[in-house]
Amino acid sequence: MYDFTYIWVGIIGFGVLMYVLADGFDLGVGILFPFAKNEEERDIMMNTVAPVWDGNETWLILGGAGLLAAFPLVYSVFLPALYIGVFLLLAGLIFRGIAFEFRFKAEPGKKGAWNVAFCGGSLVATFAQGAVVGTYIQGFKTENFRYVGGAFDWLTPFTVMTGFGMIVGYALLGATWLILKTEGELQARVRKWAYRLLMAIMVFFVIVSVWTPMIDEYVNDRWFGNVSWLWVMPALTLITAGLVYSWLRKGHDALPFIGTIALFGLFYAGLLFSKWPYVVPPNYTFHDAASAPESQLFLLIGILFVIPFVLMYTAWTYYVFRGKVTAGSGYH
Amino acid sequence: MELDPLFLSRLQFAFVVSFHAIFPVFTIGLASYIAVLETLAWRTKNPHWVRLSGFWIKIFAVVFGMGVVSGLVMAFQFGTNWSNFSYTASNFLGPILAYEVVTAFFLEAAFLGVLLFGRHKVPPGLHLLSAYMVAIGTFISSFWILSANSWMQTPAGVDMRDGMIHVTSWAEAIFNPSFFYRFAHMGLASFLTGGFVVAGISALYILRGHAVETSLKALKMSLVLLAVIAPMQLLVGDAHGLDTLKHQPAKVAAMEGAWKTESGLPLLLFAIPDQEKQTNHFEIGIPKLASLILTHSTEGTVTGLDAFPRDKQPPVFVVFWSFRVMVGIGMLMILVGIWGAFKVWRGTLLDSRRYLRFLTFMIPAPFVAVLAGWFVTEIGRQPFLIYGMMTGAEGLTPSLQGWMALLTLIGYAAVYAVVFTAGLYYLRKLVNAGISDLAPAGSDTGRPKRPMSAADDTSAPSAPAFFNA
Repeated sequence: MYDFTYIWVGIIGFGVLMYVLADGFDLGVGILFPFAKNEEERDIMMNTVAPVWDGNETWLILGGAGLLAAFPLVYSVFLPALYIGVFLLLAGLIFRGIAFEFRFKAEPGKKGAWNVAFCGGSLVATFAQGAVVGTYIQGFKTENFRYVGGAFDWLTPFTVMTGFGMIVGYALLGATWLILKTEGELQARVRKWAYRLLMAIMVFFVIVSVWTPMIDEYVNDRWFGNVSWLWVMPALTLITAGLVYSWLRKGHDALPFIGTIALFGLFYAGLLFSKWPYVVPPNYTFHDAASAPESQLFLLIGILFVIPFVLMYTAWTYYVFRGKVTAGSGYH
Repeated sequence: MELDPLFLSRLQFAFVVSFHAIFPVFTIGLASYIAVLETLAWRTKNPHWVRLSGFWIKIFAVVFGMGVVSGLVMAFQFGTNWSNFSYTASNFLGPILAYEVVTAFFLEAAFLGVLLFGRHKVPPGLHLLSAYMVAIGTFISSFWILSANSWMQTPAGVDMRDGMIHVTSWAEAIFNPSFFYRFAHMGLASFLTGGFVVAGISALYILRGHAVETSLKALKMSLVLLAVIAPMQLLVGDAHGLDTLKHQPAKVAAMEGAWKTESGLPLLLFAIPDQEKQTNHFEIGIPKLASLILTHSTEGTVTGLDAFPRDKQPPVFVVFWSFRVMVGIGMLMILVGIWGAFKVWRGTLLDSRRYLRFLTFMIPAPFVAVLAGWFVTEIGRQPFLIYGMMTGAEGLTPSLQGWMALLTLIGYAAVYAVVFTAGLYYLRKLVNAGISDLAPAGSDTGRPKRPMSAADDTSAPSAPAFFNA
């Protein structure tokens, strides 16, 4: 029987990255919501993501179902271990989705509650996602392919830190997205936020890079055991951050967003290389976590057929809604 | 008080599933109705069909959106509360559930946007095709989910090796023994649900004097459909019951309230089943009728609950009464359908407001029947999760504690209350806005993928007048 595990690593890995980037920037816009000056600015901010946010979230559902099919061990260890976190994530996303629709319909002056729901939902959902990453890094207490830890093993100083790191990261994605999609005074202000967020995310990058090897011998060994080509990645990360900084300074519209995407891609790759081949650390690798080959193949056929359509449609949506969003041009 | 994670998880799952199920069961029927309307509009060029289709597409959009939002939780709940089950059965359930999701996305990505917002942007033929694809897509989606559910009821095509389920035959596993019956039963239930909602809303508009000519067309069409489908459902349900008798006799015994294996089993119309004493109180029944239905002989022997140890018996009271609620509503639907078709035939539909008013009261009936039916089949399977292979207790997440399940149960209830309120708000707004006199909105800005935003397209200048009529 063939082994499709690596193909599935590619598919799920791609899906997760797509989710992080796509929902990342629209969650980021929610995080930045309180910093807007008035309701008009908030309208603009919301309108930049309104046509695309629910499409962005479909990657999450696809990821959940895909994990159960391709790496059931990940599904059946992560979800019990992050039980409360998963609830917060889903509740946050749902409240945020509802706020999207209701804020547009609320009368002027009565939007406050929906602003809070939108921002609060975004913050909670983002924090939960950061905590998922932190939990993955610190590992799971497992026995015989079952999670046997406690309800709050996922909530440690380390995961709280990664949770806040994620908030900063998504805020940066959101800010650079807004630079791309807005103009004038709002854009100028968002640019200032972007500097600070870029600094902050690099601080988190350093903290994670120092803290992780301290709590994880495996990662420590990978990076410091024998100096390897892996060190290209942090170097690239620094260079990219520098580029984003200079693009922000030079007043580029699109490049800071693209640069931030690259930055996220590097963080993501760095994380995977640190942990490879463990997907449920510290005990189980991708191969341990994979489903039976016949099951992998059965779904592969459908997935390979559907993903191009989803990508084409996604691209088309973004194409239709290209360009700047201004005060009057909101489609609501 | 000891919080039992198993009971709370079952409660939570039942709550989320019940809340979620009412949306797709409606959209599946409605999608087919829209496809029919679009076909009529395309062939006859009669503006009534376009107006009707435009109206129901907006309703469809909101209900579909609510289905997606409430379904988001389900994609994760298998893992949070039933991780042992998910892991053990993942080789089969994983791909099947993923196919369900993938179908839904493919559908949404490719055709839903065109159906919702594209009437004036794409050629009419393509719009019609989208209507068909959405209708077919909802069926394919339900195909996968009902296959997974049927497999849990009547598992087939798999082996248990080293504590993991492995698929030996995809065909046998997907088309397992109860699948066709369940699929047919649910398909008809969807049509009945869609039909009664359309009939009820059309009757409401006629009573209010709104878009009477158009609404009358819709009403006649749906009543004739109901008169055919409601009796059909009785036959399919009967066949489904006989299949259940073959594979899950304990469930049928609970449905009939049959504690003892006996010949000439009466059909109980009323009883208070008592699990403790293993008997019924206050029985009222028709002698020998249950035997006749189940074995086609008045003296046929039906296996009673005494054939099963107590810890393998389903909770009888709920199954028994849910079954009666479902069948009772089913009978009422047959009556209402045939009565309506008779009035259509005699041309007396508009003569009595009472019948029309009754139709508006029937709107919730199919939803209640569907939920009652699910209670019968799901609770009747207890204590098993995968019938005969794995119990609920074995499938539960080992690390789950009672308070965690309780906390999230309350949490999801709160979240869903908000979603439900939002959805009803939109639906009420749409129903009050009524059937638009203009050709349905083409003035939108081409926003795809946002089902709920379709609700914005209503121009509702005279809404309050309809509401008070």
